[in-house]
Amino acid sequence: MLSKRLIACLDVRNGCVVKGVNFESLREAGDPAALAKRYNIEGIDEVVVLDVTATIEGRRAFEDTIRAVSRELFIPLTVGGGIRSEADAAAAIDAGADKVGVNSAALADPRLLTRLAARYGSQAVVVAIDAKREGGRFRVFARSGSTSTDRDAVEWAVEAESRGAGEVLLTSIDRDGTRAGFDCELTSAVSSAVSIPVIASGGAGTFDHFSEVFTAGLADAALAASVFHFSEHAVADLKRHLREHGIPVRC
Amino acid sequence: MIALIDYGAGNLTSVRKGFHAAGAELMTPAVPADLERASGIVVPGVGNFGATRALAGDWMDAIRRAVARGVPLFGICLGMQWLFEGSDEAPDVPGLGAMAGHCTRLPQTGGIKVPHVGWNSLHRPRDSRLLGGIGEATQVYFTHSYAAPVTPEAAATCAHGDSFAAAVERDHIFGVQFHPEKSSDAGIRILRNFVAAAR
Repeated sequence: MLSKRLIACLDVRNGCVVKGVNFESLREAGDPAALAKRYNIEGIDEVVVLDVTATIEGRRAFEDTIRAVSRELFIPLTVGGGIRSEADAAAAIDAGADKVGVNSAALADPRLLTRLAARYGSQAVVVAIDAKREGGRFRVFARSGSTSTDRDAVEWAVEAESRGAGEVLLTSIDRDGTRAGFDCELTSAVSSAVSIPVIASGGAGTFDHFSEVFTAGLADAALAASVFHFSEHAVADLKRHLREHGIPVRC
Repeated sequence: MIALIDYGAGNLTSVRKGFHAAGAELMTPAVPADLERASGIVVPGVGNFGATRALAGDWMDAIRRAVARGVPLFGICLGMQWLFEGSDEAPDVPGLGAMAGHCTRLPQTGGIKVPHVGWNSLHRPRDSRLLGGIGEATQVYFTHSYAAPVTPEAAATCAHGDSFAAAVERDHIFGVQFHPEKSSDAGIRILRNFVAAAR
């Protein structure tokens, strides 16, 4: 049986892991390669590294970070943040990424998803969607949550799948960094509309939040940062908790 | 010398890094004739079966000749599918045909999601050199939409909607549908088993 995946997210700025609340007020959480190594040992199923500054001068330094992180990992690595073109994707993949997460650039030009899928296969293309509740719907935001778009999260996920995305990384802006729980309504709405796997992100605080998002939320994977960064035995303890709740996870 | 075939459809960095952890440095042959010196051949690959079109002709002939000499061959993911006769994903592109059968798309029924992405468990119907030391129900990382049928060559099967061949083995021809280079300790063990076969 296919296991539900636990994914650790490293938000990287200037070579350092940081973590914010509602996409703002960042604080430092350590060296990316050291954290990746720890997660690999602890039994995390996958790692996502996001470049949260993505300035032009920061790009080259970020590639060094990807290289350092990928050296420590024999599990899948997704890289996102500032992937604007095929050249950016190529640089990330050459540095050791298995998948690239595309967000604002795909909103600006959805055909980018198709071009990346043609070159690397859909399994390497993750559409990252940041969404916020607005009157019973979920509006998509671009540019790290700063720019509102006209798109609805469910509709955009369906379109992204048809254009070649192989997975959806779905972040609730309302819940990001709050530890108030995943947005299970958002996640289940998207997950039941697409046939590709959906990774829930934003709001993880307790172990029950994970069992909720895997059951009520219909998530295929759950991503978190702070929950894993600041506690040593979190991965093993969380997996035990999920097994006790009948949720299949990797041993 | 183990050769890693670069036909433009593989994450060679990861495969090379995995084999490094398994104690072997891979070289990438520039021309098919370089395979005459190979003690083992790895065909990686992610993406569309159509990408294996680049192997048709000289590469396929050179790989066939090496296998006939007894050189171990290892197909990973798309590389394993290529060991079969072909795939519905690109019907006009022939596979190597070393294994009988045809790859088809995974069924997308009853809430089953395709691509099949994530960690799933192996069923081991028989002994295998490649899977030596890998226990029943070991979990490995998959990411694919098409799969090979379960035939007598299947060294391991996996189920996602339907059962499919997760690993194949006949004499010195090996293949895995999952990514050993992304399957943590179990994956590195499998790479080490191939390195031993190619010695």
